[in-house]
Amino acid sequence: MPSYPPSLASSPSRHLSQYSTSSSTLVGGTANPTSTSMSTGASTTTTATLRYPSTRKTIYDRNLNRSRNAELSRASFAYLFMEMVSYAHRRVQGIQDFEKRLNEQGYPLGLKMLDLILYRSSPAGSSSSTSSTSSSGGAAGSNRPLRLLPLLTLLTTKLYPLLFSRPADSLEQSTTNPGEYMIIDNTPLTNQYISVPKEMSQLSVAAYIAGIIEGVCDGAGFECKASAHNTATDVWPNRTVFLIKFEDHVLEREKELERQGVK
Amino acid sequence: MSYYFVIISPADTPLFELTFGTSKAGGDGVPRFRNGETARYMNQFIVHAALDVVEEVQWLSPNMWLKVIDNYAPTNSHISCFLTGTNVRFMLLHQPSAITTASAGSRSSTISSTSIPQNPTSPQTEEAIRQFMNEVFELWVKTLMNPFYTIGKPIKSPVFRQRVVGAGRKWL
Repeated sequence: MPSYPPSLASSPSRHLSQYSTSSSTLVGGTANPTSTSMSTGASTTTTATLRYPSTRKTIYDRNLNRSRNAELSRASFAYLFMEMVSYAHRRVQGIQDFEKRLNEQGYPLGLKMLDLILYRSSPAGSSSSTSSTSSSGGAAGSNRPLRLLPLLTLLTTKLYPLLFSRPADSLEQSTTNPGEYMIIDNTPLTNQYISVPKEMSQLSVAAYIAGIIEGVCDGAGFECKASAHNTATDVWPNRTVFLIKFEDHVLEREKELERQGVK
Repeated sequence: MSYYFVIISPADTPLFELTFGTSKAGGDGVPRFRNGETARYMNQFIVHAALDVVEEVQWLSPNMWLKVIDNYAPTNSHISCFLTGTNVRFMLLHQPSAITTASAGSRSSTISSTSIPQNPTSPQTEEAIRQFMNEVFELWVKTLMNPFYTIGKPIKSPVFRQRVVGAGRKWL
């Protein structure tokens, strides 16, 4: 806190035009000298104060690939997730409610992950330095999933490695219901350090991961309901099946796209 | 050329708006739309009308960059679209400058017709817009990575605005 210039910290309602002149001195050499043109299009932004961190770098200065191969501490995740589960536990009536709450916590994460995955798999995003070299890469971004199969492989081979550094163990289609798909995880990270009491044996805290999956599918335009189910085996006591039920109109569109030969 | 750039959420609400003019070939970065004062709402109207075309096209091509998808002849406006994975639409309305402004500047007589400020459909212009969109997409993903940004809310970050203005100046 003491590193903020007093002029920025003391005036809570600073108009943007004033702000931009002060920001150009803060950002200094890194940004373009855009402060002069700010007045042209800044009409919609209202008063805003922005506090720069002590390094003077905002989230926009950070390369999106910086943490691409970085791994997080498993202990800290386990601790954080344990707190999320106990927080939810104190506020719910039944198991369904419990799972819904965990699902809702994962959902926005999935929405955000989708664009990050697509960015990182695009030629502009995969090169180490970003916008400056993107002029050489000719292709226009990576492809959005249009059909179910590309979406599901995106989940198992892109989303899963991003979250857990490994692909999902298996992907299956329901034999009875055409709109249902299953992603199988033998060792879900969320269940590893959570002991579910006997009276709640139906509960799967992997509902959080199901929420992430649902977020990715919904974001891509494939409305669905995703749920997590315990299917313990002797070898894999935490084995979890993520059941994805796509809505009817998604399946109708799938048929139509198949007829038109869209891949 | 004058530009109106807007980011539209999957629920058709605008998240971010910016109007600017070209900075290439001696442009001063100030937008000069042909429809004058009515441009402020007409541009919004034209761009939102183009969303129908986006919805027709988006399931036929997996590309994010959909190129020029619509135009509005009365003001000679062209609309380009970039679609993110979460169906957030980046729409750019671009309108070449009127002939009256071309005679005003002595330098403009030397500009060839393929230069970005004059010709809205040339490959050069398309490439420049694509680069602009890619840069905004990178900024958009960075915005998403901000834990304090909620999906579907307007982007208020002045740094984001500053960066988009910078991208517009660089490519357009």
